[in-house]
Amino acid sequence: MRSTGHDQHRQHTLWQRLHIDLPLLGGILALMTLGLFVVYSAGGQESAVLIRHAKRVGVALLVMFIVAQVPPLSYRKWAVPVFILGLMLLTAVLLFGHVGKGAQRWLDLGVTKFQPSEIMKLVVPIMIAWYVSQYDLPTKISKIIIAFILVLIPTLLIAKQPDLGTSLLIASSGVFVIFLAGASWKLIGTCVGLASAFAPILWMFLMKPYQKQRVLTFLNPEQDPLGSGYHIIQSKIAIGSGGIHGKGWLQGTQSQLEFLPERHTDFIFAVFSEEFGLIGVGLLLTVYLAIVMRGLWIAVNAQHAFTKLLAGSLTLTFFVYVFVNIGMVSGLLPVVGVPLPLVSYGGTSMVTLMAGFGMLMAISTHRRFNI
Amino acid sequence: MAPKKRVAIRNHSAEANLFARRTFISFIAVMIISLVLFSNIYDLEVNSYQKYQTRSNSNRIKLLPVAPNRGLIYDRNGVLLADNTPVYSLEVIPEQVDDIKSRLAEVSQLLDISQEKQDKLLKAVKSKRRFKPIELYSRLSEQQVSLFSVNQHKFPGFFIDARLKRYYPFADLTTHSLGYVARINGRDSLALEKQGLAENYAATRNIGKLGLEKYYQDILHGTIGHQEVEINNLGRVIRTLDFTPPIPGKDLTLTLDIELQMIAKRALSGKRGAVVAIDPRDGGILAMYSNPSFDGNLFVHGISSKKYKKLLAPESNKPLLNRTVQGYPPASTIKPLLALTGLDAGVITPETEIYDPGFYQLPGIETKRRDWKKWGHGKVDLNKSLEQSCNIYYYDLAYKLGITRISQMMMKFGFGEYTGIDLHEESRAIMPSIEWKRARYNKAWYTGETLSVGIGQSYWSVTPLQLAQAITILVNKGKIKVPHLLKATSEVLVNNNASTPLPLITEYVVDEKAPITLKDPKSWDVVLDGLHNTVQKLGATGHTAFKGSKYDAAGKTGSAQTSNIAQDEEYDASKVRESRRDNAMFIAFAPYENPEIVIAVAIENVAEGGGGANAAPVARQIMDQYFGDREIVSKDPRKHPNHDNVYHQNIKNIAGNP
Repeated sequence: MRSTGHDQHRQHTLWQRLHIDLPLLGGILALMTLGLFVVYSAGGQESAVLIRHAKRVGVALLVMFIVAQVPPLSYRKWAVPVFILGLMLLTAVLLFGHVGKGAQRWLDLGVTKFQPSEIMKLVVPIMIAWYVSQYDLPTKISKIIIAFILVLIPTLLIAKQPDLGTSLLIASSGVFVIFLAGASWKLIGTCVGLASAFAPILWMFLMKPYQKQRVLTFLNPEQDPLGSGYHIIQSKIAIGSGGIHGKGWLQGTQSQLEFLPERHTDFIFAVFSEEFGLIGVGLLLTVYLAIVMRGLWIAVNAQHAFTKLLAGSLTLTFFVYVFVNIGMVSGLLPVVGVPLPLVSYGGTSMVTLMAGFGMLMAISTHRRFNI
Repeated sequence: MAPKKRVAIRNHSAEANLFARRTFISFIAVMIISLVLFSNIYDLEVNSYQKYQTRSNSNRIKLLPVAPNRGLIYDRNGVLLADNTPVYSLEVIPEQVDDIKSRLAEVSQLLDISQEKQDKLLKAVKSKRRFKPIELYSRLSEQQVSLFSVNQHKFPGFFIDARLKRYYPFADLTTHSLGYVARINGRDSLALEKQGLAENYAATRNIGKLGLEKYYQDILHGTIGHQEVEINNLGRVIRTLDFTPPIPGKDLTLTLDIELQMIAKRALSGKRGAVVAIDPRDGGILAMYSNPSFDGNLFVHGISSKKYKKLLAPESNKPLLNRTVQGYPPASTIKPLLALTGLDAGVITPETEIYDPGFYQLPGIETKRRDWKKWGHGKVDLNKSLEQSCNIYYYDLAYKLGITRISQMMMKFGFGEYTGIDLHEESRAIMPSIEWKRARYNKAWYTGETLSVGIGQSYWSVTPLQLAQAITILVNKGKIKVPHLLKATSEVLVNNNASTPLPLITEYVVDEKAPITLKDPKSWDVVLDGLHNTVQKLGATGHTAFKGSKYDAAGKTGSAQTSNIAQDEEYDASKVRESRRDNAMFIAFAPYENPEIVIAVAIENVAEGGGGANAAPVARQIMDQYFGDREIVSKDPRKHPNHDNVYHQNIKNIAGNP
């Protein structure tokens, strides 16, 4: 870099100094821009919806920028107290939480409503990465068990709210750290075996009726086309009728005539597929993959085990968002409330995601000063 | 353990390698999962594209049925008998009204809608979809329509909707033949479904319930049209994509002459009875009127129970009954046909004479049957038997023929059978026979009953339509043309090449049955000549009725007993109860050479005199109108002299009462 000229060197250092990872930012901005178009189409072409979404995008970018300024190794100091605080808040939500859409997710602070589970999306990977990175890699089995318990506690608290989508994302963020830290394949095999044995128990005792209904609907949506199967049938119709080229922006009949439910939030991918077709889907997936690749590249190049594990976990969790959302909207997975990252309308999850990207950028740009 | 010590022994490059390996594995997993996602989308958008495209369209595209206009009905001269007239109703689309309650109150004040009705409407408004129009007030009067139209700008969301409803301008004059339409009920829908017509009636509200409206329902109805619209998930119409116009029903032109109907009504006024006039040349019904009648318009909008009860009340004299297809004892009107049967069977010749002492006794039986003329007619041959309507002659003839030969021949003339006219309401009436009596009463036939059949009494009953048809067969000398009301159908062919649509007229094809053949065809002329004499000869029973007519008529009178009269007792109309008085019957045709009109008249329970005095004048008036200078010529029902009042009253009734 130094040999390629004074100006370029200075520019490079300018972004470095701002703690912005340009390829990552490029991918993020591409998705956000796309999101603006699709939200406008899905939100009934109302400028009010678009403006609100744009404001949230702005806030999210700001949060990312601020988070990126914090040296990543300093998170470790805060990991334990914040994790404990988070668990307390989650308990508080279950005890005094505000009920919205049939689930207790919000904590009313008087001034504003606050969703502790969102914070945990970042705190859990930090906590587990901190814990695991204290010891030699690959992690010993006793440490893995403790790490698992640390993941399980917030996961169960959130699943109890009930918020299956978020608990799934939090569980995977923790599991990814353990996997990347080199948990033995034998252990992984055992866990998978145990999990499949545990599934019937989960079904019988732990799942709420509405969650069971979602799984049943997923297995056979046509059984109840006007009831619980309606979402997924309409969504598949929207995607399928898009064809290769799509019906064109603002031309999707399924979305414009409001046959598709949750158009601008969880089912926005169906709107996108209907209007932009297979070509659009291919491009969208490419951008997501590019972001994932950049995130993993940052992880591999991070210079400390903690930052490596954190970056890897954040990136893979981001992909879980994509997989679960597209999977559920296209009928591969049961319906769980996970938005399409950086595209769906909805403030809280986007802010959390962007905070995560802020951390990735911090890991990417602070590394020369780490050691 | 001190962290520093542990850090010192960590193998950083081995850890980095492990992490890189795991990251690579994760990346491979990400790629595989992405591929799965993409191939699933590929399957949806490429392989199943057709399926989902179709489902997407069926989601958003809806076919709205559009009802065809019902065919109109005209009389033989083009006078409109059944019309489609606009009926106005006030409708509202709730979402277009800012404050429905106060706006409704204002509109109600303007159009005089009761508070009670307003409350009911408000409830209805709340339970319906906000963008669907709701009917506030049906059948607005013209005054209300104009009142609202002037003030419409004050009431956004309120509008007047015009719908076509059946209207019969001649009201009760045509009801028994035209019938009427009324709302499709559950039974109608079931029947339509069975016939596979439910789809074609998707937008239709009314269906023919009686008469020609029922008989020609399919022809009058037409073919449904469709409006293809795009709708959203709530069913709101976003835009129209395509429109297939409905094909209106065919118009019917009838053989009926409304002017003859008017004469018939006037002639029968104050009486219970019926008249049927047939053109023997083609079997077309010229007039068909049953008195008293009722206004079919009452049923189009749904009759109120009060009005319906009034129709059923005894003092209304059963207006719902169509007396033209109701059985009456034919009495002497069938004597010419019996004479014909006797001639054909060879039991009499035109010259055969009997002696009438004023009564008839069966060989070896005491009971005397009296002639209507106490001292008898003396020597009677066939011609005289008709002219004088001599009962003794026909007792003797019936005795000679026997019931079987009589009923066999009379069935050929259509008695006891449906004539096949284009109405569903027809009655078969009764042509008695030995088999009939056994089947009906499980009793043997008595010779005495044969004698009664000989003068058109006993069990024998005929409908005025059957009687007219039998005489038509007689004047056609055995040729049988099935009577009918339909003359022609016309439809407008929509042809894209022609600038003006072409009307296509299809003439009704007259149905013919196997003719009656006699051993000696001259027998026809003998009987017809007898009927001619009955009217034309001075002193014959039908003479007074056609005295001074410009045309050459022939006919036969009849008086039917409606109750048994004890032997030797004398019948005096003024002394018996009204319902037990004689029925007056009459048949006639004219001109004698090449007849153009055959008429049968039946009048119930006449006060004085028989068929000649009571029924014949009805036939006379109709024939006078038919052959004479027509006093009624206008094709506009409002200009018909005796229908001014009826027409205007109907307009008021229909428009005024919600």
